[in-house]
Amino acid sequence: MNLFTYARATSAADAASKFQPAAKFLGGGTNLVDLMRETIERPTALVDVTGLSSAIAEGPQGGLLIGAAARNTKVAEDTLVRTRYPALSRAIVSGASAQIRNMATVGGNLLQRTRCTYFYDDEGSSCNKRQPGQGCDAIDGFNRNHAVLGASSSCVAVHPSDMCVALAAFDAVVHIQRDGQELKIPFGDVHRLPGDRPDLDTTLHPADLIVAVELPPLSFSARSTYRKVRDRASYAFALVSVAAALDIKDGKIADVRLALGGVAHKPWRASKAEAMLRGGPATEDAFRAAAAAELADAEPLSHNGFKIELARRAIVAVLVELAGVEA
Amino acid sequence: MITINGTGVPLPDDLRVTLLDLLRDGLNLSGTKKGCNQGACGACTVLVDGERVISCLALAVQYEGRSIVTIEGLGTAGSLHPLQQAFIDHDGFQCGYCTPGQICSAVGMMDEIRRGVPSHVTEDLASTTLTLSRDEARERMSGNLCRCGAHNGIIDAIFDARQEAAE
Repeated sequence: MNLFTYARATSAADAASKFQPAAKFLGGGTNLVDLMRETIERPTALVDVTGLSSAIAEGPQGGLLIGAAARNTKVAEDTLVRTRYPALSRAIVSGASAQIRNMATVGGNLLQRTRCTYFYDDEGSSCNKRQPGQGCDAIDGFNRNHAVLGASSSCVAVHPSDMCVALAAFDAVVHIQRDGQELKIPFGDVHRLPGDRPDLDTTLHPADLIVAVELPPLSFSARSTYRKVRDRASYAFALVSVAAALDIKDGKIADVRLALGGVAHKPWRASKAEAMLRGGPATEDAFRAAAAAELADAEPLSHNGFKIELARRAIVAVLVELAGVEA
Repeated sequence: MITINGTGVPLPDDLRVTLLDLLRDGLNLSGTKKGCNQGACGACTVLVDGERVISCLALAVQYEGRSIVTIEGLGTAGSLHPLQQAFIDHDGFQCGYCTPGQICSAVGMMDEIRRGVPSHVTEDLASTTLTLSRDEARERMSGNLCRCGAHNGIIDAIFDARQEAAE
């Protein structure tokens, strides 16, 4: 680990004033400290922002506003979150371990980096995300956990978060502080696909500070859930995960929200499937057709072809559960 | 300053020192174990203001002003914590390396149950009154690996200690 300075921020403005080139904002540290130890991240200054707002409050137009310093456990156990946005609670408690959820912050969760083993292997592997232009050992390597949607010839890594999949489904809005101004960025615009710049996980600037995540009001958000498929029953990253919310009126799908985890470089909003489902019947056949459409462009690597069928089936299973129809 | 088992200790001069290394190398509190050193095994679990965390992914400086309890602060050879006794009674270990982390984690878990924190296997999210089933205990303790495979004994010990606390 390289040497660094450390300072605690008392406000967002204070955090900005303490930021310097090659600094990092520090949340719980559960990913950043690990990456620093592996010398993949080498910040020369840490600005601890865990003292900033961690409040969970009613949002401006209904909905909820969650301070970026809120620990994952605090969000998952919050009464408003678990009753109004259950998919978010379920996504959080399906991620990491209880100890890590007690440490990790909402802001840090958004900015955590991929767990691709080649990204982590600084000494032995080539990785365009770690070292642009170096090449990608995952593409022809052990890529069982890697992306099937939206990948590029530079990078096939996946975003590791569960929480972010639920936030993508709920059309969350990320409040950031940039150059002294507060900006609101739609969740889907925060993370990016790798293209030829896989070193950039997000569209945020290095000095941007995430101050809050807003969950807009959604009339049917209480009818939502999250399902995670992984290699063991607990404490493993997703092979595939699904966050969904469903609104059924008069036997038809009035509205739907659907997002996938474990399949792409960013939390994957299943817009094609949503468009097919809206206004149609809430039947298993319709769910199957929508899932097939969403995965139509999926491209398997040598070891992860199973994810495509797994994602289709997970989408159908979750929608069947939410619709309460016979499988 | 940082409070460790009730005693104030100065922060390390080197900011890179983790909470785990401060405990083991700085204070000779070797009960807390270094297993994977990357957040995967839970052997380094300690309590911070009553909440369980893993000390290997924590820089000591982040915990300035906080109160840490390690296995040494939970019980002593002459006065065991009920969970320590229960682990002995139920063969909750073989080699014992993961045990301090398991016990600190179980103490933190009990408090999470009391608070009504949901888990991955909690069916009714709306209910804040939780019953600690064996499935709940297994899920909630999944951040603590036992290479010897004493997990059944560990769950028995947790249930036994909880029973004792209730009586």
